[in-house]
Amino acid sequence: MISTGEKTVWYQSQFEMIEKSLNGEASGNLHTLRKVAMDRFNELGFPTTRDEEWRFTNISPLTKISFESPLASRQDGMTWEDIERFAFGTENNLVFINGRFASGLSKSEGIPQGVIAGSLATALKLNPELVHRHLGRSAKFEDNAFVALNTAFIQDGAFISIPDEQSVNDPIYLLFITTAPGPTFVSPRNLILTGRKSRLSIVERYASLAEHQTLTNAVTEIVAGEGAQIEHDKLQDESLSAFHVASLFVTQQRSSTFTSNSVTLGGAIVRNNVSAVLDGEGCECTLNGLSVATGTQLIDNHTLIDHARPHCASHELYKAILDGKAKGVFNGKIFVRKDAQKTDAKQTNKTLLLADDATIDTKPQLEIFADDVKCTHGATVGQLDDEQVFYLRSRGIGEMMARDILTFAFAGDIVERVHVEGLKHQLESLVHRKLDEGRNH
Amino acid sequence: MLEIRNLHAGINGNKILKGVSLKVNAGEVHAIMGPNGSGKSTLAQVLAGRDTYKITVGEVLYQGRNLMEMPPEERAREGVFLAFQYPVEIPGVSNTYFLKAALNAIRKHKGLEELDAVEFLQLVRNRMKLVEMDETLLHRPVNEGFSGGEKKRNEIFHMAVLEPKLAILDETDSGLDIDALRIVADGVNKLCRKDNAIVVVTHYQRLLNYIVPDFVHVLIDGRIAKSGGKDLALDLEEKGYDWIKVEYEKTAELA
Ligand SMILES: Nc1ncnc2c1ncn2[C@@H]1O[C@H](COP(=O)(O)OP(=O)(O)OP(=O)(O)O)[C@@H](O)[C@H]1O
Ligand SMILES: [Mg+2]
Repeated sequence: MISTGEKTVWYQSQFEMIEKSLNGEASGNLHTLRKVAMDRFNELGFPTTRDEEWRFTNISPLTKISFESPLASRQDGMTWEDIERFAFGTENNLVFINGRFASGLSKSEGIPQGVIAGSLATALKLNPELVHRHLGRSAKFEDNAFVALNTAFIQDGAFISIPDEQSVNDPIYLLFITTAPGPTFVSPRNLILTGRKSRLSIVERYASLAEHQTLTNAVTEIVAGEGAQIEHDKLQDESLSAFHVASLFVTQQRSSTFTSNSVTLGGAIVRNNVSAVLDGEGCECTLNGLSVATGTQLIDNHTLIDHARPHCASHELYKAILDGKAKGVFNGKIFVRKDAQKTDAKQTNKTLLLADDATIDTKPQLEIFADDVKCTHGATVGQLDDEQVFYLRSRGIGEMMARDILTFAFAGDIVERVHVEGLKHQLESLVHRKLDEGRNH
Repeated sequence: MLEIRNLHAGINGNKILKGVSLKVNAGEVHAIMGPNGSGKSTLAQVLAGRDTYKITVGEVLYQGRNLMEMPPEERAREGVFLAFQYPVEIPGVSNTYFLKAALNAIRKHKGLEELDAVEFLQLVRNRMKLVEMDETLLHRPVNEGFSGGEKKRNEIFHMAVLEPKLAILDETDSGLDIDALRIVADGVNKLCRKDNAIVVVTHYQRLLNYIVPDFVHVLIDGRIAKSGGKDLALDLEEKGYDWIKVEYEKTAELA
């Protein structure tokens, strides 16, 4: 058996190589953060199934791959045509190839004056104080190896900052594409700061240009300012050989509204972490998720909603459609602190199993320390309803189509919650296609 | 059009239909009445192809073909329609989407062109008037949150769009208010033609004032205990089912 130490050696050596290439920059704030994170990652090592948070998700396959150096995987000669199929129109696309911002492929015409939307690497140069005030504030890595690893390898990602009372009407799309022919390791790091009463819809999409092994280990930090209204959508449809770990950290200030819609279609092993801290009164937090998995895919969604203040509401709906030998994991933690009276939290997890060999492990975890709260949770696991299938067939609809219609309706419930039209339309066809592929296996 | 011969069916070894025979010709209206639990819905579901019920004995011919060998969708495409006693809710699927898929599947089977969105909408608008259905119900998910009466009206609306040859209406009248009953019955009558047939399952004679049956059958304990003309329904209304049971048992003993 390979020990934890051996598995992390490659990352340490890559870290040292990057460190050397930094020259003078290696002494700054950022690099101090990276070094602490690298040390922490070395101590923690990759989690195993003995770790409570990873009980059902065995990531050992991804720890055995030798990736190419992040320094080697560059973005040469890509054109818009290469990536157009992943884009959502031409406005406000920030494109990242193998984790690095591709300014030539990015468009930001619809971004209003005063709003910063670009690369984190640039922001570190132009607005270092603003970045450092927030970077790593909510994405704590003490107990989280993947966040530590991401932090150690912070190079680039998206940086968005919206001033008070500013609405960004056109959604901002962040496109993360991996291209390298060999196994690639990327660590996108995104920081999104939104001012008081601002409005923003942001979409993260992860895709691969070829069927190759990649490890995408992304971290996104969002600060939702007082009264801000933020929608964050994520679409993961990388190749079926991809490993994907993404951690979203949201800090919500007073009276803010935050919605996350996370759709996972691709990847061999995918782990999504969403943590929201409701850190002011009157916040509303909605977390929705949809996984569609076929073959031997494993899709794991872990959510944490931390009700730190009174009078906040959270709604959570995670759905999974599992075919073949696919495996789903859902773990939903809701934390209601002592002072968080009048909390209203609702969590629902629904799984549709299309095959006998598909499995789901689902676990709600409610930890409630306040007494005047309303918290509910429920989980259902089932197959398509025979009576519904029969009703459709009895009107002339063929059995396959009846099953398709019902399966898509199950997924559509989440797709409809996405307010970004461009994404919603693509989701409809992507989910259809994914379900078709699953059936033809 | 339809010939049921000595049909026995049940579920998990539990016998429900115990030898039903019935012949329905084109242009006829048949009513099936009978006490709760006597097997009326089972008969209707078996005819539509619900495979949870196992057929142990007997056969069913539809237009000369063995109906029991056809999957439910093929029966529908060949013109069999069941209005469910308990219409099923389909969350996430709009009524129009569902109907369009159904209609086009049937048209395709008949070798007809599929209707495009505009043609379909025209047809639907026209049929909606027939049962005076509220347009909002078109765009809502199938039956989800519909009131009892709305569900029943929706079943007849589906029938109006799909234009079946053999319509089996399982207690479509229960749950309808007095006006709705008349409207729905009028709608059904307008769909009656020489070349199609209707089987109505009902508990109430009132419906039969509107949809006048040529034959009334009484199903008791999985058998047709008595058949007659429309006046039989009036007798049942007045006297209940006991006398038929007594009469039926007597003839059974004699035989
Ligand atoms: N799926 C089933 N599982 C078990 N028993 C069933 C099932 N379907 C029908 N039965 C039984 O078969 C008998 C006949 O039921 P059926 O629904 O056909 O009656 P019905 O004549 O339509 O009654 P009603 O007038 O109340 O609608 C009943 O005793 C019922 O409980
Ligand atoms: Mg019944």
